[in-house]
Amino acid sequence: MNGKQQEEGRGSHYPGSLLWALLAMIVLAGCSTTPAVQSGEEPKEPIFSASRLLSSDVKSPTDIHDPLEGFNRGMYEFNYGFDRYIFLPVVAGYQRVTPEVAQQGVHNFFNNLLDLKTLINQLFQLKGGPALKTFSRMGWNTTLGLLGVIDVASSFDIPRYQEDFGQTLGHYGVGPGPYLVLPLLGPSNLRDGTGLVVDSMIFSAIDPLRLDGHIQRQIVYYGLNAIDQRAHIDFRYHQTGSLFEYDLIRMLYQAKRELEIEK
Amino acid sequence: MVSASFLCLFLSYPAGRVVTFSRIGRVRKLSAGLLLLGIWLLPGPLWAYDYPIEDPYAATIIGTPEPLRARLPEKIPLETRTLPSPEGRSIPDVVSYNADLNYSVALQPGRAPLIFIIAGTGGLHNTGSNLLLMRAFYQAGFHAVGLTSPSHPEFVIAASSTSVPGQMYNDAEDLYRVMQAIRSDLGKGVKISSFSVTGYSLGAANAAFIGKLDTRQHAFDFRRILLINPPYSLYNSMSKLDRMLNNIPGGLDNFNTFFQKLLQRVSTAYKRSDSVEFNEQLIYAAFKDDPPTGEQLAAIIGMAFRLMSANMIITADVMTDFGLIKPSNVTLSKLTAVEPYFQVALRLNFTDYYHEFFYPFYKRRDPKLTRESLAELSSLEAIGDYLRTAENVGMVGNQDDIILLRGEIDKLKALFGERARIYPRGGHLGNMAQHETLGYIVAWFKP
Repeated sequence: MNGKQQEEGRGSHYPGSLLWALLAMIVLAGCSTTPAVQSGEEPKEPIFSASRLLSSDVKSPTDIHDPLEGFNRGMYEFNYGFDRYIFLPVVAGYQRVTPEVAQQGVHNFFNNLLDLKTLINQLFQLKGGPALKTFSRMGWNTTLGLLGVIDVASSFDIPRYQEDFGQTLGHYGVGPGPYLVLPLLGPSNLRDGTGLVVDSMIFSAIDPLRLDGHIQRQIVYYGLNAIDQRAHIDFRYHQTGSLFEYDLIRMLYQAKRELEIEK
Repeated sequence: MVSASFLCLFLSYPAGRVVTFSRIGRVRKLSAGLLLLGIWLLPGPLWAYDYPIEDPYAATIIGTPEPLRARLPEKIPLETRTLPSPEGRSIPDVVSYNADLNYSVALQPGRAPLIFIIAGTGGLHNTGSNLLLMRAFYQAGFHAVGLTSPSHPEFVIAASSTSVPGQMYNDAEDLYRVMQAIRSDLGKGVKISSFSVTGYSLGAANAAFIGKLDTRQHAFDFRRILLINPPYSLYNSMSKLDRMLNNIPGGLDNFNTFFQKLLQRVSTAYKRSDSVEFNEQLIYAAFKDDPPTGEQLAAIIGMAFRLMSANMIITADVMTDFGLIKPSNVTLSKLTAVEPYFQVALRLNFTDYYHEFFYPFYKRRDPKLTRESLAELSSLEAIGDYLRTAENVGMVGNQDDIILLRGEIDKLKALFGERARIYPRGGHLGNMAQHETLGYIVAWFKP
C-alpha cells in the first residue's frame, strides 16, 4: 500500500463520515471531559494515581486555564480531520502544479500584506523604530519588489517583525484568558482570538486589494493565502504520537505567546 | 536520541494560525531556540578529529556546528508509506490516529543495496537523525528505509506484539516482521542487491538483536550491521538518563520554577538582542557570557527523555489496560481531559515503569523470569557471543557518551574489538552529522 492509498484508509476513515462524526461529537459531547467508566463500576485505583503522586500545592506548566476543554478538544480533532483529509491534499496538489519560483512569489506577496498588520500593531504599541523598519520594508517590497512578489527588503537586511493585535493587547497588560482552539486556525486564547478579529476588521477596513464586493477575488485571496500559509508549516497533527499532544501544544502555545509579547 | 525527540517535539509545535496569521519562520526558530537553550560552544583545540564541543552534555544538545557537518544532498526522493496494521488488531479509539505504521523510503532508480535505519528512543521514521542518515546513504547509492523506534507510540499502537516496549528480543522480532512487510510492500519493481541495517542509540541495540535473529531466520542475511552510539545496557542507560533530572534544584516538585526560569532566560536574551528572530546566533550570544551549567544541561536532557518516556508509558498502559496510570476499567475518549495523567506520567521514573509495569507484565507471560534476568536481557552482553564473533557487525561510539556508565565504553570496545571506532568527543550522537564520523558510518557499508 503506498502513500496515496493511505489517504483512503479503511471504513471509518472516509473523509466525509469522519468530518461528520467529528462535528457530531463536538455538538453532542458538549463538555464531557471526564473519563468514561465501563458498565457502572467505580474507576479502579491505578498503581500510580494523581492523588498518590501529586501534591496539590505543586504547580505544573502543563496546567493551563482551559474551562472550554471539551469543546477545544473536539475542535482539535476536527482540525486534525480537516487538515489530513482536505487541507493537506489540497496543499500537496498546489505544490505539485506550481513552480517553486511562483510559490515563493506567492509567499512573499502574502508576507508583504501581513507586514501591514505588523506595522499597524507596532504603531499601536508605540514602537517607533521597528515601525519605521517595517514601513521601509513594505516600501521597498511594494515598489522595487513588484507588489511584494520579490522580497528585496530581506536582501537589504531589513528585519521582518511580526506583531498582531493579540500582542498589542498583551503589551498593555491584558492576560491570555481561557485557552481556545479555533476552527481551522488552531491554538489561541480569548485575548489572541479577539486580536484576530480586530486585525481582520482593520484589514477589511483598509482593503488594500479592493476585495470588497468581489466574491471571486475574495475566494482567490483567502483560499490561496490559506494554502500558502499551510505549505510553510511543518506541523502534522498527532505526529508526536503522544496521547498528551493537546496538552503539550497548549503549554507551548502559551509560552511562545508570552515570549512574543515581551519582545 | 534525547535531543532528537526533544527537537521533534519542539519543532513540531507550530500548530495554530493555519490560515491567516502564520508566523512560521519565527515559531520554528523560537522552538529551536528553546531547545538550544544550552548552546555553549567552547573553543577547543582542533585535532585531526575536529569536533569542537568538549562538554558532552552540550554536544548532545547542540550537535555538530554547521561548518563541520558532512555535505549532503538537500533533496532526496523521500516518500512516506504506510503499512496497515494487521486485521483484528484492537486499537482504542483515543489512539486511533496512530492505527497504521508509517515508514520513510528513498529509492534509487536501479538495482542497489538497501539499508534499514532504526530510529533512537521515541523517534519516528522521519525524525531528524533518520533523515540525516537517509540522505547520507542515498547519496552513497543505497535504497534507504527509515523505521520508527519500537518506543514511539505509533509503533506501540500499530505494530508491537505486546505493546510494552523495551524487551529487546520482542522488539527485534517486531521490527524484523515490519522489515519483511516493508520488503514486500516495496514490491518486485525495486531491485535490491543486498540488505544491511543500522541504528543509533536504542535503535543501535535493536539492530544488534535483529542481526542475531537474522542468523537463525535468514530473511535478509544482512551483509553489514553498524551500531551507532549504542547503550551497553539499556537498563543502566535508562536509569542514568532518569538521574539527570535530579539536577533540577529541589527536585521535580520545582519543575515549574525551573521551566519558568528557562523561559525567562530566553525571554531576557530575546529582548536584549537586536535580532528580531530567534536563531542559534542569538542563543549563542546570549549564553556565551553566562553559560548554562553542566547540571542545567543535564536537567534539560533528562526532561526531554522524561517527556518521551511519559508518552511511551501512557500509550503502553492504554493499549494493555494494565492500570498503571489510567484506571484499568476506564475508557478514554478523544475529549477526555488527560492532563492529570500527563502530570503523573511525567513523575514516573524508569524504575517505576520497570518494576511496576514492565517486569510484572512479562512475568505473567513467563513465570520463570526474575528482575535480574529481565534486566540482563537488555544488555548487549546477552548476545555477546554473537557480537564478539560477527565480522559483519561494527560499532561507532564516543568516549564521553553520556548514556554510558563509567567503564561501559571499555566493555563495548571489548565486545567489538577492531570493529569498534571510538571518538574522543561528541557526547551522545552530537557528532553524528560531523563529516569524519558520518563518513566512517557510510564507509562501513561500502562493498
